[in-house]
Amino acid sequence: MNKKIVVNTTINGEPQVFLCEPRQTALEVIRETLGLTGSKEGCGNGNCGACNVILDGVLVNSCLVLALELEGHDVLTIEGVADTYEDADLHPIQQKFLEHAALQCGICTPGFIVSTKALLEDNPNPTEDEIRLWLAGNLCRCTGYDKIVRAVIDSAEVMSA
Amino acid sequence: MTASPQYRILGSRPPRPDGVDKVTGRAVYGNDTRLPAMLYGHILRSPHAHARIVSIDTSRAEALPGVYAVATGADLPQLADRVEDLRYTSNNVLADDKVLYDGHAVAGVAAVDLGTAEEAAGLIEVIYEVLPPVMDVHQAMADGAPILLSDLRTDELGEVLEGETNIASHFRHERGDLESGFAAADIVIEREFNTATVHQGYVEPHAATALWNADGRITIWCSTQGAFAARSQTSIILQQPVSKITVNPTEIGGGFGGKIPVYVEPVAAVLSKKAGHRPVKIAMSRADVIKATGPTSGSYIKVKMGATNDGTLTAAKVVLAYEAGGYPGSPVPSASGVVLAPYKLDNVQVDGYDVLVNKPKASPYRAPGGTNAAFASESVVDELASAIGMDPLEFRLQNAVAEGDRQANGIPFGRIGCIETLQTAIDHPHYATPLDGKFQGRGVAAGYWMNWGGKSSVSASVNADGSVSLLEGSTDIGGSRASIAMQLAETLDIPYEQVNAQVVSTDQVGYTDLTGGSRTTATTGMAAYNLGQNLRAEMTRRAAELMETEPETVTYENGVFSSNGSRLSFNEVAEQADASGAPIVGTGTAAPDQWGAAFGLHIVDLEVDPETGKIEILRYTALQNVGKAIHPSYVEGQMQGGVAQGIGWAINEEYVYGDDGKLLNASLLDYRMPTSLDLPMIETVLVEVPWPDHPYGVRGCGETPIVPPAGAVANALNDALGVRMNVLPMSPGKVLEQLWAQPA
Repeated sequence: MNKKIVVNTTINGEPQVFLCEPRQTALEVIRETLGLTGSKEGCGNGNCGACNVILDGVLVNSCLVLALELEGHDVLTIEGVADTYEDADLHPIQQKFLEHAALQCGICTPGFIVSTKALLEDNPNPTEDEIRLWLAGNLCRCTGYDKIVRAVIDSAEVMSA
Repeated sequence: MTASPQYRILGSRPPRPDGVDKVTGRAVYGNDTRLPAMLYGHILRSPHAHARIVSIDTSRAEALPGVYAVATGADLPQLADRVEDLRYTSNNVLADDKVLYDGHAVAGVAAVDLGTAEEAAGLIEVIYEVLPPVMDVHQAMADGAPILLSDLRTDELGEVLEGETNIASHFRHERGDLESGFAAADIVIEREFNTATVHQGYVEPHAATALWNADGRITIWCSTQGAFAARSQTSIILQQPVSKITVNPTEIGGGFGGKIPVYVEPVAAVLSKKAGHRPVKIAMSRADVIKATGPTSGSYIKVKMGATNDGTLTAAKVVLAYEAGGYPGSPVPSASGVVLAPYKLDNVQVDGYDVLVNKPKASPYRAPGGTNAAFASESVVDELASAIGMDPLEFRLQNAVAEGDRQANGIPFGRIGCIETLQTAIDHPHYATPLDGKFQGRGVAAGYWMNWGGKSSVSASVNADGSVSLLEGSTDIGGSRASIAMQLAETLDIPYEQVNAQVVSTDQVGYTDLTGGSRTTATTGMAAYNLGQNLRAEMTRRAAELMETEPETVTYENGVFSSNGSRLSFNEVAEQADASGAPIVGTGTAAPDQWGAAFGLHIVDLEVDPETGKIEILRYTALQNVGKAIHPSYVEGQMQGGVAQGIGWAINEEYVYGDDGKLLNASLLDYRMPTSLDLPMIETVLVEVPWPDHPYGVRGCGETPIVPPAGAVANALNDALGVRMNVLPMSPGKVLEQLWAQPA
C-alpha cells in the first residue's frame, strides 16, 4: 500500500480533511472515504457524467480528478445541491425532475441534476438545443432524455421567474 | 366499445415514493452498500477469446499483504447435467476448463481495499492454450469450425444429433402450405440481414456484496431485477438451500434484462467464506460490464414474403440464426414470436438456430431478439408495400392481426389492439405532415411483444392512522412502487399518499418473479388488487363490529363505511380497530395464466448527410396499445426509453472485435449510446385497449417500444436515399458503402 497524503478541502460548504493515496480519484474518495455515495461511477473514464460534481464553480467528472488535486478547493456534490437553495426543502431542479418523471432507474439522476445546476448558473434561459448540447456529457439509458430536457426547461423558468 | 371506468387515482401522475431519495443522492444502489469490516473484490478476466486453461497459480496473489481470499472455478461445486443451464451460468461466473470470450471471469480476489485486490489479481499466473475463435454465426455453423463446448449436441427439431457442434438447437414453427402460399403471390421478396451484437447499456455496473456467515447463512445485497431469481441461481451454483440465502435487492440502476443473470453474487459469497466470513463487495468496472455481461445477440436473418397485387400477404418464410455467446441460450425463441406477429398469415415457416460464438453469454435485452427480427421483417414488408404501390400503413392495416388470429406457433392472439393502433397512426398528424428536405425521409414500422405474467406476492399492514405499509418483491426499475401503490390505493379507495410502498428482501415477502417481461405493473398490480380486496373485507368486518352490525349490511364508498345511518371513515376504522382488536394485515398474490401482449407502431422522420452517411433523427412518434396506463408518465417514459435504445441499436451501437476475437470498444466512448444531442423529443400516443383479464386492464408496455425503431429508421432511410440497408447498425460508413454501391 502506498503512503497516504493529507488533503484539506471544502465539501458542500463544510471543511473536510481526508487521507488519500496518490492513485485515488476524487470520486473514489468522495464515495468511499467521505461516504457521499450520491455521486455514481458509471464508467470511470469521463464518458457518462454520473459522477459529476462542481469544483470551484466548474462542472467536472470527479472520476477524472485526482483526490489530491482537491487540496484547497471547493466541491459541491449532489448531497449539497438542496442546501444551495434556501427557499425550499429541495432545489427547484430536483423538484422538477420529480414532477416531470425525469428519472426511471435514477442512477444517472444525481449527475444530471448537478450538470443542470452548472448549466443554469452559466445560462439561466437555455434553449432546447443548448440544453441538449450541455447534457450530452451525461448518459441516461432509461428515459430517451425527453422528460429530462422538459424538466430542465421548466427548472429554468421557475428559477428565473 | 363500452365506456371506460372512472378511476380516482389510476391515470394520474403522482410523485414516486422513492423519488426524493433518488434526486438527492440518498438512494442506495448496488455499489453503495457498506458493511463493517467489508473487503473489496476484483475479478481477473481472460485476455483471450477462446482458450483452454492449462493451469492457474494463485500463490503469489495469496501472499500479498492485505489479501484475504482468492477463488477460481475449482471453488464452485461441479453441477450435474440435470441443471445444465445453471452449469453454464456457473462456468460463466468463474470459468471451468475453458475461457470462451474476451473478459470471461477466471478468478476472484478479496482484499482490504480495491487497489490491493487489483494488484493481487495481476499476480495470478494463468497459462492458456490459445484456440482459434469463432465470431459470428456464419463461422460457427461452417463445417470444420472450432468447437466451443465439446459435449454440446444439437437439439434438431426435438432430436439430439450425434457429433460436435456449435449449434445448440434448431426449432421450427410452421402452419399452412408455403408452396401454395408463395404460388398465390403476385410478388415475392427475399432478403438477408446481418446485425451486430449490442449491449443493454444500463448506467449502473453490476455490484454485489455477500456475507457467508459462520452459521452457514448467506446474505447478499445486490443490484438485480429479481431478488428471488438471484437467490435461486446462487442456491444452485453454490449448492446451498434457498432457506440459507437471503437476497436484499438494492436500488437498481437500469437492467433491461441484463440484471437477470447473476455474475458476481456467487463469487462474492465464495470469497466471503474463504476470507473468514467477512463481507465482500464486488463492483464491476464499465469495461467488465461491456466485456462480460449482457449482450444481446448479433444475428443472421433471412425473410421471404409474398403478397398479391391487391395487398394481401400470402406466405412468409423466415430463418433466424442468433448468437448465444459462449453458452447456449440466445433469445431466438422469442425472436420467432416477434418476427411476423403483426400480420395475419396462413402459410408460415419460421426456423430458429441457437448458435455458440466466442462472445459473452447472451442475456435478455428488452423484448429479447425482437428488434433485429422486426428490422428484417419490417424492411421486407415495407419493400412489398412499395412494390405493389400501397401506402405502408394501409398495407399493414389490410394484413393486421386481430383477436383469434393465429401466431406462427399456432397460438391464437387475445385482444391485441393491433388494428386500433394502426388506425390511430394513420390518423396522426405526423403522418400527414410533409417533409421539407431533399435528403429527408419518413419510415414506419410495427412491433410486438408477448409480455409475461409470472407470479407476484405483496403484503400490507394497516396502521392506526389509516396509512398502509405495502411490501413488495418486485424490483422498482422505473417507477413501479408508484404504479403498484396506486393500484392498491384505488382498490382501497384511499389517497395514494396514504400507501407507503417498499421493496423488501426474499425473507420479507412471498415469492415474486423478477421484474422483466413487462410484468410488474400488471401482475404485481393484480396482486395488489387482490390484497386490497382482502384488506377491504377485513376492514368491513371490523367496521361492522364497531358499528355493532353484520358485515353484509356495511357498504364502502369514497373511503367511508356505512350501515343503517352509521358512518366510519377508513381512517376511523383503522384507529378504532387498532385500539379494540388484532392488527389488520393482509396478503395478495397473483399468477395469471393469460396476460396482455402489446402492439406498437412507430413513425420516424430523418435526414441523411450524403457526404458522411450520418443519420439525424428529426421527429419521432411512437404509438402503442398500453392497456390501461396506470401512471401515464412512466408509460410514456418506457416508450421513450425503448425508442432511444432502438435508435442506438439502429444507427450506432455494436461490439467491434479484432480478428483475434478481442473486443476493441469496451468503453462508453467507443460503444456509442445515444446522448441528448442525438435525439429529438419523442412523442408518445397511448392507445388504451384494456386487457380484459386484469382488474384494471393493465398490459405490459415496457418492451414493445424497442422493437420497431430499427425497421422504422431503415424504411425512412430508404425513403430519403433510395437505399435498402441489410445490416445493423446503419452507421455512417455502412450507409455510405450502400449508397456508393447503388447504380448511378
